[in-house]
Formats: sequence, C-alpha cells, structure tokens
Amino acid sequence: MTDNTLLRVESLSKDLGGKTILNDVSLQMATGDLKVLIGPSGGGKSTLLQCINLLIFPDEGRIWLGGREVSFRKKREVLAFRQQIGMIFQDFNLFDHLNAMDNVAIALRKVKRMSRLSAEKRATEELERVGLGDKRGLYPAELSGGQKQRVSIARALAMDPVLLLLDEPTSALDPELIGEVLSVIRSLSQRNITMLMATHQVGFARTLAQEILFMEHGRIIEQGHPMTLLAKDNPVASRTMDFCTKLSEIYGESG
Amino acid sequence: MEPSFLLDEVVPALNDGLVLSLLLIIPSACLGLAMGIIAGTLRIFGPAWSSELAKWYTTIFRGTPLVVQLFILYFGLPNLGIYLEPYLAAVIGFTLCSGAYHSEYIRGALLSIKRGQVLAAQSLGFSTWKTMLCIIIPQALRRALPGCGNELIYLIKYSSLAYIVTCIELTGEGKILASKTFRFTEVFMAVGAYYLALVSLATLGLQKLERVLAVPGFGKNPS
Repeated sequence: MTDNTLLRVESLSKDLGGKTILNDVSLQMATGDLKVLIGPSGGGKSTLLQCINLLIFPDEGRIWLGGREVSFRKKREVLAFRQQIGMIFQDFNLFDHLNAMDNVAIALRKVKRMSRLSAEKRATEELERVGLGDKRGLYPAELSGGQKQRVSIARALAMDPVLLLLDEPTSALDPELIGEVLSVIRSLSQRNITMLMATHQVGFARTLAQEILFMEHGRIIEQGHPMTLLAKDNPVASRTMDFCTKLSEIYGESG
Repeated sequence: MEPSFLLDEVVPALNDGLVLSLLLIIPSACLGLAMGIIAGTLRIFGPAWSSELAKWYTTIFRGTPLVVQLFILYFGLPNLGIYLEPYLAAVIGFTLCSGAYHSEYIRGALLSIKRGQVLAAQSLGFSTWKTMLCIIIPQALRRALPGCGNELIYLIKYSSLAYIVTCIELTGEGKILASKTFRFTEVFMAVGAYYLALVSLATLGLQKLERVLAVPGFGKNPS
C-alpha cells in the first residue's frame, strides 16, 4: 500500500434476496484520483458505491480509509465515516421540504453542529461555486434536474468529504442538462477532489478518468487506463470497449 | 327560547362546561398527535418488536369503542388498584384513542416518502434519530396534516363522552341543565352550536397551519 492510498476496499461481497450482487470486489483510490465505474445495469455499480460508504453493509470484506480500518459494528464510527464520504445519487435525493440553501446547510447544522449563521454562509459559498447562488431560496420542486443535481453536489461538498462517490449523476437528466452537471464535476476534478463515479458517459470517462473499472455480474472484470482499455488498436477486444461502443452508437459520440 | 333562559341559565352552564372541554381537548390533541407520531414511525422504521407492538396498539384502540375504553380506565382499573381521577381517565382515553388513528395517517404519510431521503441523510452522517427528526417527520407531517386535522375534529366531538366517566364538560353540563329544566331541545341545540363553533375554529386554525407549513412540492404549487 503506497502512502497516498486514501481508500482501500478489499473483497467486498453482498447478497441481496438470495442473489449475489457483489462478488469479491477490491479497489483502491489515491488522493486526487478520478476513477470511473462502467458496466451494464444490474452489474453491481450502485451496490458497490453504497457498500463503500456503508449505506449498505457488505456481507464480507474490509474497508480502510486513510490507513485506518473502518469498523462496521460501531455505530458512531460508521456515522463519522459516512460524514467523510460524499454521495451523489442518480435521482438527486434533495430534501424535498427544504430550499436549496437549507438542503446544503442542514447537515452542517445538525451533524457538524455549526451555528445557523456559519452554516448558511458556507452553504451560500458552495451554492455559488456550482453557479446557483441566486437560486438558494428555491425548493427542489422549483429547480430543474440539472440544478437539483448541482445542489446535491454542493450539499455533499459542504461537508468537506475526502472522497466523493457519484452514482450515475447524469442518468436521470435530459440530454441538454447533462452538460451543466458534467462541467461542475470536471471542475471538481481540477480541484483534485477524489472521486469514484459510476456513469455511462464514455466521453467523460475517456477524457478525465485515470482508471476505468468495468463491472459485470458483481465483479470488476476489467480495469485500466482509458487509453489502454478504449484504444482503437487494442489487439485484444476488451469487454469495456465493446460496451462503450454500443453506448456510443445509442447516444452518439458525446455519450 | 326566551332570551332570559338562554342568557341566565344556558350560557353560564355551558361556558363552565366549555372550559373543561377545552382542558380535555387541548392536551389530548397534543399528546395524541405525539403518540401517533411515535406509533406510526415505529410501525415503519422501528425494530421488528416495536413495530409489532405499535400494530397491536393501533388494532386494540381502533378496534374497540371509546366508551368501552373509558369504562375500563375509570371503572375497571380500580379493580387492579389503580384509581384515576375522571379528568385523567378521560385524557388518557382520548390520547390513546386519538393516537391510534393519528398513527395510521402518519404511517400512510411515511410510506409516501421515498427511501432516497433516508439514504441522502445517512450519507451525510445523520444518525437514524436525526434522520427521522430533521428529514422524515417534517415531510410526513405535512402530508399527514389533512388526515390529522380530521382526527382533531373527531376528538372535539368525542370529548363529549367524558361526561360518562363523570367528567362534566360541555355535554355533561347540558345534560344536567336539560334534565333539571326539561328543555331538551333548546339546551341541546345550544350545546350543538358550541361544538359547531369549536369545530369551525379548529378548521380555520388547521387551514392556517396548512398555509404556514406549505412549501413548493408540499401542498403548494411551484411558482
């Protein structure tokens, strides 16, 4: 294990309803990494992400964060661990009864116990950073999908996570709204925020990811730099290449 | 009805009763709602044993007549060495009964809230308790408000059963006065008018509360 390994996940397995969803999955993230999970639906990407921040407890496996093993049993440790890992969901999951500002501020106040004033100051900064400073009084029902997802990114970042997990952040968006969310994520990668992202955006993965992890049937079956996995002249036709070609055929070159 | 009978006898007696009625309704409404929130939340999010317990509670208190519950509390419990004041017996009975109905409105509202709300809160480090208190219950209450308001209005009217356990409130005062004067029609029409006024006030209050709590997506259309 090198010094800058931030997250180490070893041999995660999870059965749900008698079906194996995750089968012996291991991965590592170094600080500043942007890794992308690609693969067919039902392949275990969401479950893997939710197991990594213990929204779902894996049946087997171990997790280290910053060299320290996380105990799944100790409630307080689990809560502290989740706080350090941001999560972006496919369908945003903004708190529907709170406006944009309170969506970002509530965890600062209730979890980090900041005062209302400093929580709102921080929330405003984060909303401005995703270009929504003027929308802070609006409720989720009044925001577009792209705006909702940007609020959810601001909400996660306000907690100063060491790692951000993104579960298909653009899959529920209209094509013309995908761009605004991707450009925010691009800016995060420029800020060196460590990210693990499940996505079908092949173009995005190709240009920004350090590594592509291809998941199918609960396993990571291929992994490598996008230039290697998606190289046109790759002598061995990779499963990733195959899958991405199909995606590109459906969504066009940008997809 | 001549004005002197109304003003000299009916109104003073019913006003006395009204005070006691309010003293029965207000605490029972608050405690009943709290009871309903607890039971409804345990039904959906509690550990299996507590959810089963809450289910039994609802079954029993929704499944038996309130009069029977009041009789057991006031006339039955002394056999076990527990003596309740009439007022206390009535408030306990109303609270438990009202809570059972509230719990179903709350349960329905909780079922309508997407699991993603819980996941999002947990991913930010919220404990289960804080997730309920800060995220889930504020949303569920807004959804349950019309139903819970209905229950409050029922409570106002079934508080009239308190006189059965010798807690002489509005209806009780009316009954005594009517028996004394044999002017049942006038007295009970006046009693009815008092309840109608109470219910109308409660309805106005509930409408106001709904307006105050409404946010876009919860009882208010996005602007």
